[in-house]
Parts: sequence; structure tokens; C-alpha cells
Amino acid sequence: MSVTEQKVDEGLDETRNSKSEVRNFIVFNDVSKFYGEILGVNRINLQIAPGITSLVGPNGAGKSTLMNLMTGLLRPSRGHITILGIPTDQPEQLFRKLGYCTQFDSFPRGLTGREFVRSFLLVHGTDRKQADELTTIAMERVSLLDAADRKVAAYSKGMRQRIRLAQAIAHQPAVLILDEPLNGLDPMVRAETIALFRKLAGEGLHLIISSHILHEVDMMSDRVILLNNGYVVAEGNIHGVRDEMEEHPMQILIRCDKPSRLAAQVFDHDHVVEARLHDDRLGLFVKTRDADRFYLLLNRVVAEGEINIESVAPIDDDLSAVYQYLIGSGGGPS
Amino acid sequence: MSTSTAEISPTPVKQPLPWSLWLRQVRAIFRLEIEKNFLGRRSILLYLLALLPIGPLALLAPFTPPGREWQDFTQYNMIFAVYYGGLILRTVVFFGCAWIFMNLFRGDIIDRSLHFYFLSPVRREVLVVGKYFSGLVTSIILFTSMTIICMLLLYVPHFPSESTRFFLDGPGMSQLLTYAGITILACIGYGAFFLVVGLFFRNPIIPAIVLYGWEWLNFLLPPLLKKVSVIHYLNSLTPVPVSEGPFAVVAEPTPAWIAIPSLIAVTALVLFIAGHRIRHMEIRYGSE
Repeated sequence: MSVTEQKVDEGLDETRNSKSEVRNFIVFNDVSKFYGEILGVNRINLQIAPGITSLVGPNGAGKSTLMNLMTGLLRPSRGHITILGIPTDQPEQLFRKLGYCTQFDSFPRGLTGREFVRSFLLVHGTDRKQADELTTIAMERVSLLDAADRKVAAYSKGMRQRIRLAQAIAHQPAVLILDEPLNGLDPMVRAETIALFRKLAGEGLHLIISSHILHEVDMMSDRVILLNNGYVVAEGNIHGVRDEMEEHPMQILIRCDKPSRLAAQVFDHDHVVEARLHDDRLGLFVKTRDADRFYLLLNRVVAEGEINIESVAPIDDDLSAVYQYLIGSGGGPS
Repeated sequence: MSTSTAEISPTPVKQPLPWSLWLRQVRAIFRLEIEKNFLGRRSILLYLLALLPIGPLALLAPFTPPGREWQDFTQYNMIFAVYYGGLILRTVVFFGCAWIFMNLFRGDIIDRSLHFYFLSPVRREVLVVGKYFSGLVTSIILFTSMTIICMLLLYVPHFPSESTRFFLDGPGMSQLLTYAGITILACIGYGAFFLVVGLFFRNPIIPAIVLYGWEWLNFLLPPLLKKVSVIHYLNSLTPVPVSEGPFAVVAEPTPAWIAIPSLIAVTALVLFIAGHRIRHMEIRYGSE
């Protein structure tokens, strides 16, 4: 094989790899959306892998705009988006792979839950028998089978939320986009729904979820996208994002029997910027610029055996803290 | 290497059009929409509108009103022609179609439920066709039956035996079918126009009123401009020509073999525009 042929082959491999990558990702390529003069989202570049990805940000941050752009309900003013390799302006292909549970709490009038889900499966082009089967599976997954033959208009808010979810998952899509899917659900159903999301993600689906309940987002997400004023402020695994925020040293609480002694030992190290005793004198708050080095240091202290360490817990290594640092408490998540 | 090169720029293979899928989708959309058209809360106004020309004729049925023309059976075809042209066609069918077809999309936008269609793997043109057919069938069923009922209500109660002969042995049946056919053509033409108006305009009442004025003033327009209207073609088909008054500009009626295909061709063009428009449509209920 000549050098030129080899190069061509390598080029082809690269093309194939990038193509197969694109086919497995949700890709935003320099996407902006303006509503006249008003900015919706600006210069968004993202590659979203399978799993649960949460969109977090205050009101007007651009979460719903991003979701509507992903589903072709809105068209980008600039840039382009592909969902598993399919451009969003091709609904015929896109919605065979994508389900979207919007925030719009409205339904076609006069339908029962079952009729609602089934009707839109028929609109997909599914035959009647298969539509019946898929409807039952979807209703069962959202625990709504008992109320399937009641009119949607008579459903509670939580039930309406679940029937929308059933409609979004009925055709068994590979990508599921959910705008505030936990709104209006009672704690029990919330837990069931989160378990369902985890199960779907485990099956290899992409789940894009917007939620304002940070601890739930933290619990269920594989990665987060933080948005503010139409810009992506941070994205990735929440702990990874936290690690990169060097301007905000990590806070760790160490419960031990000799916190003052521990404070003296750790304070010598340049990555420790603050050490403060807990009010009960049985713990030490440490702020460090390098959590990994601090944990190594702590290992050495434990190995020396002079201080009994009961527990070590980061106290600002969660989404709430990251949110607070990056976006602040001004807007409050929506 | 030639195989690899072929992989870089594959020759696009032309897929056959999925007609059977489109047909299934049109049927599913049609079923959803027809139920809404007939049983939705918006249908009440439609039924009232359809009853509007039936009411006066039903009230007059038990007795013959005074006036020479009411005593003379030969005048009834003229009475119906005026009643049909003035009230049924230009008012009830016109506004009925406006209500049905403008609400096909606008109604879903107001109800915030259009996104369910937009989030389905449906070619947007297929959606337009499905919705249009549902509106067409609704309007045809309502207004054709209304036309037939009105004609029978005018003739039969006052001259039962003459009417029986008129409809069974005379020109009555052909006139009845012609009026029904004109109503169907009106639904086809006005339907397409109002469907597009419902897509293009946030407040479709204004273009509807403009068209209403244009259609009413059609008798004053020069012959060339007359042809840019639905009513001109429909008037050309009426079995009993009605005088449009001393100020009317007389124009040759368009023969049926031109009028009917022209109306259908214009309808197809308008639906094509609607299909093109809806492909680029965004859903932003907040700004509606």
C-alpha cells in the first residue's frame, strides 16, 4: 500500500469514527437563537453522550429554548444541531428516534389517556395492533394503566405530567427530552419516575432533563449543563466541573478527635487556604485548592495514627454549590 | 481503494416515496381532527351557522307568505337562487368555512396542542393534507346537507305535488345536485384559502373580512378582476342565473369545464404554499 493510499485510509477511518460519533451524540454546533432582538441562547457548542444530562439554570437561562431547538420546534438563527446524526429540520426521521415531553400542560380535547397516546402512535404511522400494545406498555411504565380509560381532562396535574411522559416514550425513542418532568408529581411517583429515567439511561438512551430541584438533578444525572442568560456556563460531570473551579477552593469537613492538631498539620501545605474548627470542636472545615492532594495528605495523617478520623465529607462538591458559585442565588433555578 | 472512495461520497440512492405510510398518517390525523370538528366546543357556532338559513324556511313552512311570487310555483327556483346566492353561499358557507379551516391550525395554536403533531414523524405537508381533508369533509357534510334541506324546505311544504314532480320528473333533482356541487366547490376553494390564512395570520379575521368584501363587490369588478375570486366561478355554475342589479358589470360566465379544474388547481397551489410555509413554522405559543 502506498503512502498516499495509507493516508487516504487513515482519513477515511477518521471520517468513519467522527461519523459514528455524530450518530451517537446530540451535537450543537455554534448554535444561537434570537427572538428578534432578544437573545435566547448564544454560541452553544455541545456534544451530549448517552445517559442522563440535566439542564440547570435560572428562569430565562435558555433551557426550554435549547430543548425546543433540539426538537425542531424552534429553528436556530445560526449554527446547526443534529440528533444522532439527524438534522432537526427532518421531523420524518427525527421523531422516530426522539420523544419530547414538553412543559405545555395542554392536550387535544375529549380524549382519554389511552386514546391520547394511541392516537399519536397512529399519527406516527404505527398499525393499530402495535399501537395498542405500545400504548399499554407506555401507560404501564408510568403507572397509569388503571386510569387509562379516563378523560385526560379529569386527570390531576401529576397524572397529566405522567400521560405526557407516556406519550413521549410510547414509540420507544432513543432520545428522550423532558422539560421539568418531575413537576407536580408526589414524592412516591417522583421516586418511581427517577428510577424509570435511570432504567432508560441504563438501556442506552439519551435523556435530557430540565429540572429545578437541584438535589434530584444531582442524584440522577450523569452530567449537567449549567445555563445562564443564554450561555452555557459549565458542562460535564458535576464533580469534574467542581474540580475545575479553582477560584472556589473545595470545602471539606473532617470529623476527628483532635481537630486543632489536624489543623496545625494541614495548614503548612500551600494548597490549604483555610482551616476552621467546627463549633462542637469535633470537626475541622478545610478549604483546599487541590482536593486530591489534600486527600493524600489526610491518608498520611491517618497512617501516622495520632489522630482518629471518623469521617471525611466534601460539603460543596454538589450541584447546589456549583450552581451557587457559577450562577449565584439571584435568579434561583427554574 | 475504489470501494473506499465510494464510501466518502456515496451516490444518493433515491428512495421510493412512502405513500402507504403517508396514507396511514393522513387517516390518523383525519380521524383526530374530524372528531374535534364535529364534537369540539368550537363546533357549536358551526351548527348555529348551519341552522341560520334553515330557521326562516322552517318557520315559513306551515303557511305560504303573502306576495305574488310565493303563490307562483314557477317563481320558486328564482327565490331559491337568490336565497342560495345571498345567504347560503356568500354568508353561511363562507363564514362556516372560515371558522372550520382557520381553526385547523389556529385553534390548535390557541389550545397549545399543535406541538403534538410537530413532534410526530410526519411530513408537514402530510399534516396539511390530513387537516384539510378533515375540514373539507366536515364542511361538505354540514353545508351540503344544509343546502339540500333548505331547497326541500322551500319547495315541498307549499306545493307538495308540484314539488314531487319537479324533483322526480322535472329539472329539480339536477338543480338540487348542482347547488350541492357548488357548495362542495365552495368548501374546496374557501377551505384552502382559510387554511392558509389560519397559518399566516395571527388575527385571521381581517383577511377573512377583506375576502368577504371582495366576494360581495365582485359584481362591480371588471371582467378580468372578477376571475380573481371564488364567487365568480361558483356563480358561473348556478343553474338559475340571478341578476346582480343595474350597476353590475356583466362578464361572460366561465364554462364549467374551465371553472371546476381552475378552482381545484388554485386550491392545490394554495395547499402547496401552506405545506411550504408549515415546514418552516416554529412553535412559540407564548408569542401568539
